[in-house]
Amino acid sequence: MCTYLTEKIEVAGSGKGAAGWFTLTDATVYFDHPQHAPAEHTLNIDFLNPGSGPSARIAVELTAESARALAKAIETTLASAPPGMI
Amino acid sequence: MSSEALIAETISITGHDGDEIEAYLARPLGIDSFGSVVVIHHMPGYDAATKEITRTFAAHGYAALMANLYHRDAPGASPDDAAAAARAKGGVPDERLVGDVGGAADYLRALDGSNGKVGVIGYCSGGRQSFLAACSLPLDAAVDCYGAFVVGTPPAEMPLKVGPIAHLAENLSCPLLGLFGADDKYPSPDQVDELDQILTKEGKEHEFHVYEGAGHAFFSVNRPAYRVEAANDGWQKIWDFYGRYLAS
Repeated sequence: MCTYLTEKIEVAGSGKGAAGWFTLTDATVYFDHPQHAPAEHTLNIDFLNPGSGPSARIAVELTAESARALAKAIETTLASAPPGMI
Repeated sequence: MSSEALIAETISITGHDGDEIEAYLARPLGIDSFGSVVVIHHMPGYDAATKEITRTFAAHGYAALMANLYHRDAPGASPDDAAAAARAKGGVPDERLVGDVGGAADYLRALDGSNGKVGVIGYCSGGRQSFLAACSLPLDAAVDCYGAFVVGTPPAEMPLKVGPIAHLAENLSCPLLGLFGADDKYPSPDQVDELDQILTKEGKEHEFHVYEGAGHAFFSVNRPAYRVEAANDGWQKIWDFYGRYLAS
């Protein structure tokens, strides 16, 4: 099915795409058909800079299990950073 | 004997509101008179797999034209980037879809050799859009491949910018072939039954097939959803159906 379900957030940072590094301003997270991953539905994340056009995009497509593991790893890593660094 | 020659190329057509949009045309060569098909791509976009489907129609003697429904959202971008840009905007507005399919149908009717008959086929989100087009435009045959939300309201947590359109059934301008998977949730077999009953009540000619062991996107040869038995039989149903309503 096509869910269109999309979470949009603003982000600050950089990403490396086909044309090299660029500034990231937005990210979208959605669970829907992948373009490439061998699964019917995946958790997809687009890191974007819409001001630079639709090709300023870094895309990942993860199985739901992988996406949950990633989210947990991010939280664990941030939680373990030394006090005062964040 | 047919030479089986065909040509496939990217062209520009006039779509909704007079906009010039990208489209992929495949047509048979050496045939004096042919029917035509507007191909509506799935939600992942104007991609290589749907271009292959478009060429398949030409290989079977039909002129086929697939408009890039995301062209305005990301002109010149790769299909996957364009699909991401389109989804961020909530998908293709219904009014724009009808205008783009109408433009594609006009282009096909004007081709040298056209027999004047034009059908439409759509996959996934394009299945709903195929039904929408056939209820909004004068067409000769329509195929809906597992289109969701012709009936049934999207769940509240799903911020779709599309709604049910079964109320348009009374305006259906042509026979409808529906091909669905029994394991699909959107549309579910109950929703397929509901649409079947609505069309019967309206006296609209239609033919639905629901394949056991198949879910959504069973025609997609490059995805795990592909189901060879359903897809092979579905293609045969399409050739039979278009043979009746579009062929010279």
